[in-house]
Amino acid sequence: MARIKIPRKSTAIDMTAMCDVAFLLLTFFILTAKLRQEDPLRVDVPGASVKLNLPDVDMATITVGHDKVFFGVEGTDIRRSLLEEMGKKYNIAFTPEETQRFTVTPTFGVPMNMMKQYLDLSADDKKKYVQPGIQVDTTNNSELFNWIYQARIVTKNLHNKELRFAIKGDSHQEYPKVSKIIDILQKQAVNKFSLITALNQGK
Amino acid sequence: MAELDTSGGGGKKGGKVRSKKASTRIDLTAMVDLAFLLITFFIMATTLAKPKAMDTFWPDKTKKDVQLPVPESRTMTVLLGNNHSIEWYVGPAGKTPPTVDHFTKNGIRKSLIDKSKEIEASHAGDKDNYMIVLIKPSDKATYKDFVSMMDEITITGIKSYAVVAITPPEIELLKKDGNY
Repeated sequence: MARIKIPRKSTAIDMTAMCDVAFLLLTFFILTAKLRQEDPLRVDVPGASVKLNLPDVDMATITVGHDKVFFGVEGTDIRRSLLEEMGKKYNIAFTPEETQRFTVTPTFGVPMNMMKQYLDLSADDKKKYVQPGIQVDTTNNSELFNWIYQARIVTKNLHNKELRFAIKGDSHQEYPKVSKIIDILQKQAVNKFSLITALNQGK
Repeated sequence: MAELDTSGGGGKKGGKVRSKKASTRIDLTAMVDLAFLLITFFIMATTLAKPKAMDTFWPDKTKKDVQLPVPESRTMTVLLGNNHSIEWYVGPAGKTPPTVDHFTKNGIRKSLIDKSKEIEASHAGDKDNYMIVLIKPSDKATYKDFVSMMDEITITGIKSYAVVAITPPEIELLKKDGNY
């Protein structure tokens, strides 16, 4: 019997198209994505049906969860001036290194009297350190009130814009604590602010 | 490297020595590998889903004279109790017993839509006939309940709402049904 000869084909696959697709995806991811930042306070954000995105600039976030309150503001220039102003108010002089470290801290929950020690910690110790949260009460002189107030002034001076506020609350956080924060904002006539939610699908 | 030479070895017929033409094909396997590695890295290290935000508007507390009188017959008061429970009543406090409700499509959302229509119909001749929702979260309510309630307000398109502090008689109402 005569064998039928099957012509051997090359095993090489044309990778050009695959390479194109891979780099296209890569470009897309690089352009759209924002680097994930480790939150010092983990919160489980409640879901809702809203689809509005948060702005990236001139934005301050008040995180509340596990009965602790954290504060954070966008923009390194704003953070720098904010720490200076707060230092003046509480009579604490921060070194340039400490200010530099503060400008790269997206959110924090340390009272003013511990801020210096906190900024002096090394990166590893900072991760391990459990931040106690910012002191909140309904008087006009609580630390959160001042952080919010100074942040607004600094944003107005530097960017000539109203600072926007967002509250990022934990689902299981009891309402009175949130209510206190809302009271503080209302006291400064900040009557429009956002609540950060996760997108709730299929409800 | 990844290509097997299967052309066979029959090239010695001609007498002339020809310079071998180099293939213009480049092996892209390694490049693809690298690209996918980077893609994987970017997927892992970044957040794609931006947080969503719900805008809320609150009355100006720094001015004292802006308080509008609330016509009681057009209000619906929603009390938020513990364990995600809701109780609501229409009209002045204590006139009608509260209804116990829950956060579902056929729960509070239906109640809001139904009552809103009812009130609009019964106040058809008035200048304003929209329903005003008063949200009163108790100390036992969680932040999630509050956000869910605000969300329901947005979904049902309620024109006017306010977040008000809860009063002791209303806490009693919640307690009676075991929701506080």
